Order: sequence, then structure tokens, then C-alpha cells
Amino acid sequence: MTHDIVVVGGGTGGTVLANRLAEKLAPELASGEARVRLLTDDPDHVYKPTFLYVPFGTKTVDDARRPLAELVDDRIDIETARVTGVDTDGHRLSTAEGRTVRYDQLVLGIGAQLVPEEVPGLAEDGHHFYGPDGARALRDELAGFEEGHLVLSVVGVPHMCPAAPVEFVLMVDEWLRERGRREDVELTYTYPIQRAHGIQSIADFASEEFEARDITLETFFNVEALDPEAGTVETMEGNELDYDLFVAIPPHAGNDLVAEAGLGEDGWVAVDRHTLEAEHAEDVFAIGDIADVPTSKAGSVAHFEANVVADRLTSRVRGEVPTAVYGGKTVCFLETGMDEATFVEFAYGDEPVVREPSKPLHWAKLGYNESYWLTARGLL
Amino acid sequence: MSETTYEPDITIDSRGATCPGPLMDLIGKVKEAEPGTVIELLTSDSSSSHDVPEWVDETDHEFLGVEEEEDYWRLFVEVV
Repeated sequence: MTHDIVVVGGGTGGTVLANRLAEKLAPELASGEARVRLLTDDPDHVYKPTFLYVPFGTKTVDDARRPLAELVDDRIDIETARVTGVDTDGHRLSTAEGRTVRYDQLVLGIGAQLVPEEVPGLAEDGHHFYGPDGARALRDELAGFEEGHLVLSVVGVPHMCPAAPVEFVLMVDEWLRERGRREDVELTYTYPIQRAHGIQSIADFASEEFEARDITLETFFNVEALDPEAGTVETMEGNELDYDLFVAIPPHAGNDLVAEAGLGEDGWVAVDRHTLEAEHAEDVFAIGDIADVPTSKAGSVAHFEANVVADRLTSRVRGEVPTAVYGGKTVCFLETGMDEATFVEFAYGDEPVVREPSKPLHWAKLGYNESYWLTARGLL
Repeated sequence: MSETTYEPDITIDSRGATCPGPLMDLIGKVKEAEPGTVIELLTSDSSSSHDVPEWVDETDHEFLGVEEEEDYWRLFVEVV
């Protein structure tokens, strides 16, 4: 009997996992004992960290996108389908196309959603760089932004790419200086809690950089609404701030199908943080942003989790006891301007160290953005 | 769990999450809650016991108190 593994989602997690399984389960896939299917509603793979560079004109939205068929091993069946329901008792998925897909083992890698509409005025007047349309619109806006108050506001936590808000504000500072506009632009960075970032060492690093570069830091700043007419933002703490260009890290949400399937109340899949197995169903795993684990929502996390789940699934197919575990390994590059960067690396319970920024680390980040396509193919 | 002196309408279980998880979980619920709602936040992160009152102090909401259990804390906030 064929062991059916179904992976939902063609992002970093799903793509790396599919390719790892093609290698690990090569004998079983060849003999027909196992089958791996990758279900995705987008035939392309999108590498989202690319969008950070789009507003500054150093990358285009097309740089972020490649056909999954070019990245995923031929031994994996790629099927274009939008999964709309999970019946964990019946081991079945339903799709928007009206299909039913049976599974023996299921891995959800369906990512996080952006929900700017949750904050009044944000979708209308706020900008972001978390998707192709937003990044392109921000590029056009920034190109003509000669003077005024630019506010970078972290509206939603948790959000994808934890370093991105700090990176954006440090990059825009230098980008404006290079163009001789910085003296006419006031920069403010806002964060919901009492410091500049959830991770203490990044908060300390960012606070020092902001002070040195004349970037105003506002903490305990939880955005309640934007008034596009007045160009003001109001907070839950009762404060008001004027803006001319509002760049948001938009609120993120999990997925309704997760809650409907009983896999996690808030739309994020409740999993064991080490095995990544769902807490509320058998034979279901979650990787990447949709998995509720106490670390960042970052591509590196999805990548390392995919390796662990590939090992565990291989053991299950072979009737062996799975032993691979995820220890929370997370690696994030952090651009500190237009030509310098640093990076942090940590695991569950660790407090990362922010190293001295340098040009070679910036080049390493740019180099990694290119070699990422080897990561997606399971080669790096 | 032991009895508490407050009667929460909503309980948020953030045990196991580290900062800023518990505070952000609380802020998310406060945003949605009606005035008068008493929210109980369970957290095993020691920094939450001062982060949460500090945040509440910035708002019009009211921090009712904290109760210490063996390996976690219960924090109570009333939405105003």
C-alpha cells in the first residue's frame, strides 16, 4: 500500500521539505511504497525577503518569484489546488476546486496572512513591503518623498521576518542621506512593547543606532487607527502622531482552516515545539509561519523545521521511531544600511548576540539571497 | 489551578511563551474586548509580571493584580 504524504504550501517550508523527502525517500518513491504530493495555490515560489529591497530600487518584485516546477524534484507531484478544509479524523483535505485529497501524513506549510484591514485606515493610507503590490507602491511613493515625517510602525506582532522593521528604517535613513534628503525627512520608528524589539539584544542594538542616526523611537505604541484625511495615527495608549508617509509592518493572522479543523484556536497550528507534530490531531505536522512555536517567523526557521519533519516522516514511512527534533534554530541577517549588515543566530531560550555590522556581512546577505534558490531546491 | 480572588471573563494561557509573547497576547485581547471585561493572563515568563503593569499604566485600562503560582503567574486586567 502506498504511503501518501501531502505537503500543503509552496513556500520555503513546503519546498525544502518536498525536496528533502525526494532525497530521503528515494527508494520508497521509486518502488511506489510512498508518494509525496505538494499542493499549492500558486504555481510559483515566492522568496519574500526580496521585497525589503524593492522600495529602494535594488531588487524588483520579479526577482522574488520562480516557478515551483523548476525548484522541486521531479519525484514530487506538484498539484495546483487551494486547500479549504482539513478533516483530521478522516485524513482528508477538501479544496476550493471541489476535490477531496486523502493523506496518511499531512504537513501544513500555509504561511501567515496579512490583515491590514483589521486596523481602520491602514489598508487605505498605510504602506508596507510584505508583498509585491505593497513593495511596488512603496517604491513609487518613496521615490517622490522629498520631505516630511516618515513613520515606520510595527503594528502587528508576531510578524514575518523579525529583523525587517529595524532593517527598513536603517536602510531608508542611509538611502535618504545618499540622496541629500535626510535633513528634510523626520524618521520615527514605533514598537508595541516597552523597547525597540521583542529580542532584547536587537532592541539594544537598534536603540543605539537610532540615537546615533537621529531616528525617533516610540515604544508602547499600539496602533488603533489611522486618519488618512488628517494624516494622523492614534494608539491604544491614547497618543497621536502626525505622519506624511506611514510604513507599517501589517497585522498578521493564521488561517481560518486551522481553527475550523480544530488544530489551533487562533488560526496558528498548535504543535509540539520539538517534533512539530500537531497537538490536536494525529499524523499532522506544521512548519514555517503557520506553526505556533516560540521563535521568529523567518525563512530560516521554516528551512530548519522542514529538515526535521523530513527526517521524522522518513522514519514513520520505514516503521522506525522518529528521533529528529527542532531546537528552535533561527538565523536572521540584519541590514544596517545600504552596504553593511550583521546577523543573529539563536535557539529556544537563547539571547542572541548582535555582531558588529560590516560590509562583508552585507555581501554575504546579498549572496545568500541569490543562493537561496539552492536552499529551496534542498541543495544548501 | 487554585482559586483566584478575581473573576475573569477571559483567560489567556501564554505559559511557555517568552517576552513579548504574553504581553502581545494580552494587547490583542484587550483590543477586541468590551469595557468591563476582566482578562486573566497566565504566563511563565517572569518579565511579564512587570511588563504588563507597565503597559497597562500607559493606557486607561486597570491592572487588578498578580497572583503567583508554583511555576507561573496570573495577571488580571480590567478593560475600561
